[in-house]
Amino acid sequence: MGDYKKASNKAIGRENFGIYFTGGALLLILLVVCYVMVIVLVNGLGVFWQKPLVEWHLKGGETLLGYENQRDVNSAGQDIVQIKIANRDIVGSDYKWIKLANVLTQNLPENALLVERYEYGDFFGYLGNSKIDSKNKLAELKDKITQLDSKSERLTNLTDEINKLDLKVFNNNNLIKSLTYEGAENASPELTLLRNENETLIGLIGNIAQKKNKILALNSQLNITLKLANGKDFILPIEKILHFNFPNQMGLVDKVGDYLRKLWRLLSEEPREANTEGGIFPAIFGTIIMVFLMSILSFPLGVITAIYLQEYAKRGWLLSVVRISVNNLAGVPSIVYGIFGLGFFIYGIGGFIDQTFFSEFLPTPTFGTGGILWASLTLGLLTAPVVIVSTEEALATIPQGVRESSLALGATKFQTVLKVVLPLASPGMLTGFILAMARAAGEVAPLMITGVVKLAPSLPIDGEFPFIHLNRKFMHLGFHIFDVGFQSPNVEASRAMVYMTTLLLLFIVILMVSIAIYIRSRMIEKYSTSSI
Amino acid sequence: MAPVQTTNKTSIIKITDLDFFYGDTQALFKINLTIAKNRITSFIGPSGCGKSTLLRCMNRMYDVIRNTKASGSILFDNNNILQTSTDVTGLRRRIGMVFQKSNPFAKTIYENVVYGLRIAGENKKSVLDQAVEESLKGTSLFDEVKDRLNESALGLSGGQMQRLCIARAIAIKPDVILMDEPCSALDPKSTAKVEELMLNLKKDYSIVIVTHNMQQSSRISEYTAFFLEGRLMEKDTTQKIFTNPSKKETEDYITGKFG
Repeated sequence: MGDYKKASNKAIGRENFGIYFTGGALLLILLVVCYVMVIVLVNGLGVFWQKPLVEWHLKGGETLLGYENQRDVNSAGQDIVQIKIANRDIVGSDYKWIKLANVLTQNLPENALLVERYEYGDFFGYLGNSKIDSKNKLAELKDKITQLDSKSERLTNLTDEINKLDLKVFNNNNLIKSLTYEGAENASPELTLLRNENETLIGLIGNIAQKKNKILALNSQLNITLKLANGKDFILPIEKILHFNFPNQMGLVDKVGDYLRKLWRLLSEEPREANTEGGIFPAIFGTIIMVFLMSILSFPLGVITAIYLQEYAKRGWLLSVVRISVNNLAGVPSIVYGIFGLGFFIYGIGGFIDQTFFSEFLPTPTFGTGGILWASLTLGLLTAPVVIVSTEEALATIPQGVRESSLALGATKFQTVLKVVLPLASPGMLTGFILAMARAAGEVAPLMITGVVKLAPSLPIDGEFPFIHLNRKFMHLGFHIFDVGFQSPNVEASRAMVYMTTLLLLFIVILMVSIAIYIRSRMIEKYSTSSI
Repeated sequence: MAPVQTTNKTSIIKITDLDFFYGDTQALFKINLTIAKNRITSFIGPSGCGKSTLLRCMNRMYDVIRNTKASGSILFDNNNILQTSTDVTGLRRRIGMVFQKSNPFAKTIYENVVYGLRIAGENKKSVLDQAVEESLKGTSLFDEVKDRLNESALGLSGGQMQRLCIARAIAIKPDVILMDEPCSALDPKSTAKVEELMLNLKKDYSIVIVTHNMQQSSRISEYTAFFLEGRLMEKDTTQKIFTNPSKKETEDYITGKFG
């Protein structure tokens, strides 16, 4: 009896160790994931929250206006603080380190002004010296902005007109190229007609451009004189103003509104200033379109391959070799796929398409250069093994009896697979799709050589005929993080952007995966016995 | 090995000198047997005796398994169905099969029943509706499921699922229904229902049933065939087999001395 108890105690001890050991491993992973999420969330979500502008009076009479960014201790053991003072064009850098011991007083000036500019980042300063002065200046500022706005519609119209005419000239040029390529005489009436038309068009464009320049010249004369923290004047052209506010006068509601306005701008606008300012809409759009195109290729290809391997292929050593190879394909470094995509898709297929259909434009490549289509196809190949493996596993779990039942009712093998086996396997297949999508969305290395660019002039889908431009280069959130975070000349100022982009990339992946998981749970509900 | 003499009018399948191989292993040896029309014939025998294999020969289901070979002849409708030229899907439409484990498809009850018709190209709603009603009534399932025809078949109970599988098989109106231990996974109440069903069905169909249940065989079948180690030991009317078998092995088996 005693021995039995001892033995059972030992077993329980071992059992407990097992639980703690495995549970501990899980806990460790959860902690790491949580840590990453908290860092990204705190830094990403805090970016757009407007902090008050503080006046720092330092020893020696220097005055700074800005907010604290971070604190540190220097090599001499003194506390130092980094202040964002903006005004990059005046002082050279957005940030300044000062010794905490040098700070005499701090106060929150009510009339501190923040101007978001189209160039050189933010401006921190004051409207005027006194209250009355500030009031007058505010009226002046508003008035001048209205003046500028009144002309903006006219400017947009002129730009549109120029673009339209430009497109005509471009099309005519292409026509001339094609005709010449097909052997039209240099002096043939067709070509002459086109050339004459182009000349007229170019003349028209010149006229419109002159009008536009006149307005622009007038606009650039609209200025306002502002005060800097050190008391000097600063002349700011009105057309450089994106938005202005008084951070120290903002209440909670104002701040929330300001936050949402900045967030919306990030989501909807195009980037400015080497991607460090403005929005990231093209990158979001490019990422989603690329994952979508990738899915169109990868999912059917993977599923069809898996069906052959599982349902039709003859068992034997050859099948085993193929299966092992496919499994290993999932582990090939992604850059290798990128190089394959460059060689096979871009130089091979793209080059062939160019020579066959777009030879008049050569040596300028149309499809023979990186583009969203080639990048998506490359990622499709990269994720196909994931889809194949998971689909095969899903098919293997379908009982043989189900297949036999269908065959016994007079179905062919193909009908059986299509109508009975695939629906049952769909939840498992969707798991593969989810993994493939998540992998594709986060992959950057192969994209860098197959079509991703730092700044794409136009989106892969737009209102311009034929609406879907698969040969265009595109922007991608993952590459954006790399570019802004590590290739930017002003890393400190773009840090916020990097966190926000990271957050968005995570969000997009989670969103897409959640949709797939939702569909899968619906499928499981539909195809499992526990539905009633 | 004394096949009951039946005339051509009363027999529907005639098996002659059937040998069957899984790879190099011979599973059936020189089987000679006729299946009576509109009657229930039961196959009994210990596990591995080849009765299920024989059943799978009759609708060519052994095609599914690789490396199998059959020789001899199985005459159905004056054709030897073992010929490679046989239209297997057409054959299976005429010789249906119900399996030991009920395998409803991941579809609605309605779609399960009309599956065979749909893959045969029948898509007319009126025809399908009628087939569903007839088949479900034929398997006395109609009253139980008529309000949830568009719900998943996977939510049915075990007995209902098996009857649904039978309904699915008779929806395409075959001539013969092969049943491979259809009640072995069912409780006694469901078994009784399925048995009652079979007795009703024999008006229109010829039924072959493989069973391990002696009582079942004696309750429902007119003819019984006893198999042992791939050979047909004895075939006769059920009454004779169970009261006065001519072979000692048969007697030993049905009295439970082995098997």
